[in-house]
Amino acid sequence: MRALIVALALLFVPGTLPAQHEYPATDVENGGRLFLSTCAACHGPDGDGVAGVDLGRGQFRRASTDEELVAIIMKGIPNTAMPPNNVSPVNAGNIVAYLRSIAAEKRSTSVAGDAGRGKAIFDGKGSCGSCHRVAGIGPRTGPDLTTIGGQRRAVELERSILDPGAVVLPNHRSFRVVTRDGATTTGQLLNHDLFSVQLLDAKERLMSFQKSELREYAFVDTSPMPSYKGKLSAEEVADLVSYLVSLKGQVKP
Amino acid sequence: MTARRLLPLFVVVCAAASLRAQVTFDRILRADQEPHNWLSYSGSVHSQRHSRLTQITPQNVGNLELQWVFQSRSLEKYEATSLVVDGVLYTVQAPNDVVAMDAATGRVFWTYAHNPSPQSRPCCGRVNRGLAILGESLFMATIDGRLMALDAKNGQPLWNIAVDGARPEAGYAFTLAPLVVKDKVIIGTAGGEYGIRGFIAAFDARSGKEAWRFYTIPGQGEPGNETWAGDSWKIGGASVWITGSFDPESNLTYWGIGNPGPDWNGDSRGGDNLYSNSVVALDADTGKLKWHFQFSPHDEFDFDAVQVPVLADVMWTGFPRKVMMWANRNGYFYVLDRTTGEFLLGKPFVEVNWASRLDEKGRPVRVPGMVPSREGTVITPGNQGGTNWYSPSFSPETGFFYIPSWVNYTSQYVKQDAEYVEGRVYGGGAPRTTVPGVRAGQLLNFAKEDEGYGAVRALDARTGELKWEFKMTDFTDAGVLTTASNVLFSGGREGYFYALDARTGALLWKAALGGRVVSGPMSYSVGGRQYVAVAAGNALFSFALRQ
Repeated sequence: MRALIVALALLFVPGTLPAQHEYPATDVENGGRLFLSTCAACHGPDGDGVAGVDLGRGQFRRASTDEELVAIIMKGIPNTAMPPNNVSPVNAGNIVAYLRSIAAEKRSTSVAGDAGRGKAIFDGKGSCGSCHRVAGIGPRTGPDLTTIGGQRRAVELERSILDPGAVVLPNHRSFRVVTRDGATTTGQLLNHDLFSVQLLDAKERLMSFQKSELREYAFVDTSPMPSYKGKLSAEEVADLVSYLVSLKGQVKP
Repeated sequence: MTARRLLPLFVVVCAAASLRAQVTFDRILRADQEPHNWLSYSGSVHSQRHSRLTQITPQNVGNLELQWVFQSRSLEKYEATSLVVDGVLYTVQAPNDVVAMDAATGRVFWTYAHNPSPQSRPCCGRVNRGLAILGESLFMATIDGRLMALDAKNGQPLWNIAVDGARPEAGYAFTLAPLVVKDKVIIGTAGGEYGIRGFIAAFDARSGKEAWRFYTIPGQGEPGNETWAGDSWKIGGASVWITGSFDPESNLTYWGIGNPGPDWNGDSRGGDNLYSNSVVALDADTGKLKWHFQFSPHDEFDFDAVQVPVLADVMWTGFPRKVMMWANRNGYFYVLDRTTGEFLLGKPFVEVNWASRLDEKGRPVRVPGMVPSREGTVITPGNQGGTNWYSPSFSPETGFFYIPSWVNYTSQYVKQDAEYVEGRVYGGGAPRTTVPGVRAGQLLNFAKEDEGYGAVRALDARTGELKWEFKMTDFTDAGVLTTASNVLFSGGREGYFYALDARTGALLWKAALGGRVVSGPMSYSVGGRQYVAVAAGNALFSFALRQ
């Protein structure tokens, strides 16, 4: 296995190549999702998970053009750990767009953090564990963070801590219902249709409501997560991010 | 009476019964006189998807209950509309198995299985939208470029031909229900994403011999060929994948034509690209073009004009007029004179940002800059259109035209280079969702209304004015059926089957069928009892009033 990783590392050489053209934001977005689901298990969310290989700097040993990168993503590289991937040319192109975009971005938090101190903040001052679950411990009301370090880059995690409302994925949207007798329930929206709505409420109950029996119902446009801007110092945020980055869950064989 | 005397009488009775069992074209033409049957894809040659049955009413529709379910042995989308002939229901189990069953119980009489060539590559699912019938023969066009006739009594093949030039490995595929006109079976080819050259062709119902062919892209020397730059006409798409209509008085058959290719990059095909995104009116005997109307010239948004041409005789500005009504994927609702093709009315039925208006001839006035681009351009309606192939309905009772609609729906159109390689997608880009994570065909729905929703929209057919709207939270691929008793049936991606009041849009009844409705409902009756059938998920459901 180690030999294979070394072989993969040889694919990439220094020498930054500029993006060949502007990429649509939706391509980058889609590419990011695909990268996380297809590539990040080995390469990590920042693209630097394989020793000696850093996909996030726009430096590639065996490829320079987008087309060559697409070919490598789809066909893999024989006799290395880089396998062929069952992605369409369009999706492979989106992954390239994503890699080009993160090469142009800030890589990490401004301050180097300490994961151990970050865990203490997670459990203590930040009370993150009052909503989030890690490795089977903690509630289910917020997104499970067990593998968040394999899914989000440090800059994204930092942004979520300081400005949680900036990006709320559709499957993390909150929804609020008020029954005819005035009882209010706010929870994570799991599904809805013309007649009904399904939530996971704050007590971790799977709730299903008939809209005809509700006095009102609506999306909650703000994130239920508080902002930690001004509540945690820059160092504490960096520590917390370091801890979250370390959460990789089970490593795929 | 002696046996000798009885015999001739017996022969006469049998002959009459046999004749009655024949679905003559005369019966198809007068389908409204036998509303217990559903003899063609849209229920009649005028394609109104309007049943004359009146047993189910707004007052009693709440008593509908499930009579039977046919579970198809296919995980593909169930897009077929069934036929019903005198108590026998014929349907297609995707991709190309024909099933005959008792329309009152769902019990199967026979199944004919066709295994399409693995070379077939329909763009958007190995689907089939139904059958046609004439005499005692059923007709099915297949995704591997074949047309076949089966004996309606036992499913035995009568003939089975490879349609000339319809090579599945090059992207040609038939997904539509054929249209029978007189003694001919008419079909068209899908494949607009593969650089095909589209066509409509008619075949002798008895022999399968091709009678005429109309290429949806004119060849060199033919009028319209000049609307394609260079050789782009050879691989320009212009597919046909929804059943047309027929007007017996003018002997014209009408067909909607699909997008030009490459879909999202028109650089190589300068010009209007006739007859892509048009309706063509063809002489039903010869296939000769009588008139055409192009909804979206030089399209780069994949706005196929592949909708059912709905024909009606209406009062128009005080005079009776033979019209064609058309809610187009491009977001406009049109009314045309169906004899001449004259443009009578055009009005958006959803928001449109790529055109500012239609001119006096019905041609869209384009908004500058609203074209696919390398960095992406947000266009509304989005790639699936304000509506798509989903069957609309026209009710002569209400005068309303009912459209399965996608509202607040946008796409980001990204233009890329396109290179033609036989059998591969020739797209020149790809539309993107503008709401990441919401529209990935998932079972769960997290969408907000401003991100898009499905609806049945009812327009006054004379003015295009919105009369009412029935909103769903998710989009809809379901067709609409109306009845003479003012009940409207439709469904959606949420998996419900609805009955609405056709006059007001009020919800009268619903059933949770647990799967997307991706076809149009239809109605029939057996033994004096009215049924309404609809496919959802991978099954066909039939409902009737509780007894």
